[in-house]
Amino acid sequence: MQQAAPKILLDYGAPLRHVGNLSMLAGRGLTALVRPPYEFRSWLHQMEHLGVSSLGVAAVTTLFTGMVLALQTAYSLPELGVKYYIGSVVSKSLTRELGPVLVALIVGGRIGSGMTAELGTMKVTEQIDAMRSMAADPVKKLVVPKLAASLIMLPVLTILGDFLGILGGLFIATNQLNLSYGLYTNDVLQALTLGDVLNGLGKSVFFALFIAVIGCYNGLTASGGAEGVGRATTRTVVWASIMVLVSDFFLTKLFHVLS
Amino acid sequence: MSSPEQPADASRREALYAVRGLCRRFGDRSVLDDLSFDVMRGECLVVLGRSGSGKSLTLRQLNGLDEAEAGSVRFEGTDLVQLTERQLYPLRRRIAMLFQSAALFDSIDVLENVAFPLREHGGLSEEEIRERVAGSLAWVGLSGIEDRMPAALSGGMKKRVALARSLVQEPEVVLYDEPTAGLDPVTSATIAGLIRSIQAEFGTTSVVVTHDLRLAREVGDRVALLDGGRFCFIGTWEQAERSTDPALRAFLDGRQQPPEEDIDAA
Repeated sequence: MQQAAPKILLDYGAPLRHVGNLSMLAGRGLTALVRPPYEFRSWLHQMEHLGVSSLGVAAVTTLFTGMVLALQTAYSLPELGVKYYIGSVVSKSLTRELGPVLVALIVGGRIGSGMTAELGTMKVTEQIDAMRSMAADPVKKLVVPKLAASLIMLPVLTILGDFLGILGGLFIATNQLNLSYGLYTNDVLQALTLGDVLNGLGKSVFFALFIAVIGCYNGLTASGGAEGVGRATTRTVVWASIMVLVSDFFLTKLFHVLS
Repeated sequence: MSSPEQPADASRREALYAVRGLCRRFGDRSVLDDLSFDVMRGECLVVLGRSGSGKSLTLRQLNGLDEAEAGSVRFEGTDLVQLTERQLYPLRRRIAMLFQSAALFDSIDVLENVAFPLREHGGLSEEEIRERVAGSLAWVGLSGIEDRMPAALSGGMKKRVALARSLVQEPEVVLYDEPTAGLDPVTSATIAGLIRSIQAEFGTTSVVVTHDLRLAREVGDRVALLDGGRFCFIGTWEQAERSTDPALRAFLDGRQQPPEEDIDAA
């Protein structure tokens, strides 16, 4: 029994230490982000690297989700005549919930693991130490551009995803469910509010922060050569996905209270 | 274990580094245990030791890259152990380090790699930066490779580019971590020649961590052997040759060290 206490403390200690370190990295990253000098060239490079190259996967995911949502709405509750409200269902679901969450899960897993792989390789090949030895701050040089790119590009991809998802719903409504273009678009425009869009965008900003910080943290703390980098990359995908899904609940409650 | 022998001329030179009682542990394993030594201004101190003895860790203490549990690392009287990462920056601009793996940034070309410290510290025009980079690359015998990516360089060329990156900021101290590891004898001799030239031409203070005895004899003014977390010997090569320290003798002769009880019995 005497030895059980330290073991329990050790078991709980590691996750708590990670949470503490992640919070510190987030704080340092956000502080460095707003403090000049701004390395816009690195930001743009990362925005292209992380954001533009994720366009395709975000587009396919949300387009088909919008299409499936339209079909499921019509097929699930035919007796209630909900097919006439498909525009509302698709647009509200996508902008408030599915758009930000799916984009964060699909794109976030991709860019988060990419950040970990890049920084982890730099860590195990002593490039991070070389940077520190030349009096350069790895957070400012490496983390901030990735954080900035995520904070800018994830909401942009979410907006694009929302739009494409609604278009997907329109395609199904007009081609499969015999609804007119006007009926669907009027329903979308009447149902959708600025609050819905801002709600989703607010979530995507938080998701971007979580993904970038988790991705960079696991990269900067990777050890044990190529195998260690691989483990860190897997850890990022798992942590980022769980963080997106869990925080989504709390953010939904928070935004509901705020609105 | 015998106490470290002091070099004959050590007292005549000013100590740039004064390391006292340095301890570093990893879990239950004590890697550096009450390590104390001085590095004199303008000298080249070679640190020898078996793999895993803590040589690189000792080197990383000299620019604050690694932390210590106890002890002090005084550089011109300033204790690096007590400084924050940001407070270390002004000192790190004076202390360059050559890493075992060269540690070139693989996403940027040679020009940007060598120019990195200059751009980071600011104050130079683009033209001046290019001139300094070209000069530094010429010094290591690699003119005209500015636009090559690190992946296109051989191991020896990477080391020399990394050396050019270290020299471009005109450091007062250069720390070398296994500068000839994994290189062929001819390239190793080139690197040794460069270290010697840097020493002679710029008057830098150097600390070289290696287990390459040929390099150590070629560049070292003094030699230290790390064993059991502390230096069992530190002195000139002449003193090393005369020393009867069993660990030093075993290392220099390249044979297995007898167990402690055998030494005691003898």
